[in-house]
Amino acid sequence: MPVDVMIVDDSAAIRKILHRVLLQADVPLGKVIEAGDGVEALEKLKTTRVGLILSDINMPNMDGLALLGALKSQEATRNVPVIMVTTEGSSSRVMEAVNLGASGYVRKPFTAEQIKEKLAGLF
Amino acid sequence: MTHDKLVAYIRTSTRDVFTTMLGLELTDGEPFIKEEAPAPSDGVLALIGLAGRWAGSGTFSCTASMARRLASQLLMQEYEAIDEEVLDALGEIANMVLGNVKTSLEEELGPMGLSIPTVIYGRNFTTRSIGHSKWTVVPFSLDAEILEVHLCLAPSKDSAAGRLHRDQPAAFLAIE
Repeated sequence: MPVDVMIVDDSAAIRKILHRVLLQADVPLGKVIEAGDGVEALEKLKTTRVGLILSDINMPNMDGLALLGALKSQEATRNVPVIMVTTEGSSSRVMEAVNLGASGYVRKPFTAEQIKEKLAGLF
Repeated sequence: MTHDKLVAYIRTSTRDVFTTMLGLELTDGEPFIKEEAPAPSDGVLALIGLAGRWAGSGTFSCTASMARRLASQLLMQEYEAIDEEVLDALGEIANMVLGNVKTSLEEELGPMGLSIPTVIYGRNFTTRSIGHSKWTVVPFSLDAEILEVHLCLAPSKDSAAGRLHRDQPAAFLAIE
């Protein structure tokens, strides 16, 4: 069954790259929905269900960790896997994301293979 | 924090971003310390603020033609002119380069915040950063064109100021 995926990043360039990687990955891909920050992501998730979220951390309005916390506190999105894709590479930030319930963590710059490996572990 | 350490962090991070995301190999130039803020006569400049117990600004700059080339490499499509996608790509390259420099700095200087990139494209513009005077400049070359990463850092007067507001401008900018 196709999986709809949301990409959350304030950079249109990174959204485009991740979209391309998803198309190449061994994932039964459905729709790809994009959001520029956590606020926009939560707004879109009010009317859309997705099976996977790839999110940046450092974004305006609502960052990726706040988004992750909000997703894990809501019944409708609690079980949706969230992979953080970010320049935030310090161990404290990684631990913060893991403690909030992130399913994976990929540091920018990334290779397509690194993203595909994380996805392979989920599907 | 020494000039040599900053140079090492910037070189490692920039090379990593270019080989991993762009498939390009850079050649190191000779780093130096500049007493003024970055001031390319024209081109594209992406500016990011860092804040923590130490605070400052970092920039990534190159010519307009190099910016189009880098965006083409990153996004796998040709760009004939500087547009929103090219500027966004340059902002993201700066974000990755300086974000990874920040991660290296945090091991010694503690947690730091990183602002959202501001990208400027134009001619005959100058930039000034209030409160900072010494910039570490790390040049690279790619097919005879120069790209530069500039970074200035100084101890914060107030560590509470380390909580950088993400929408706060990283530095004062004057376009002339």
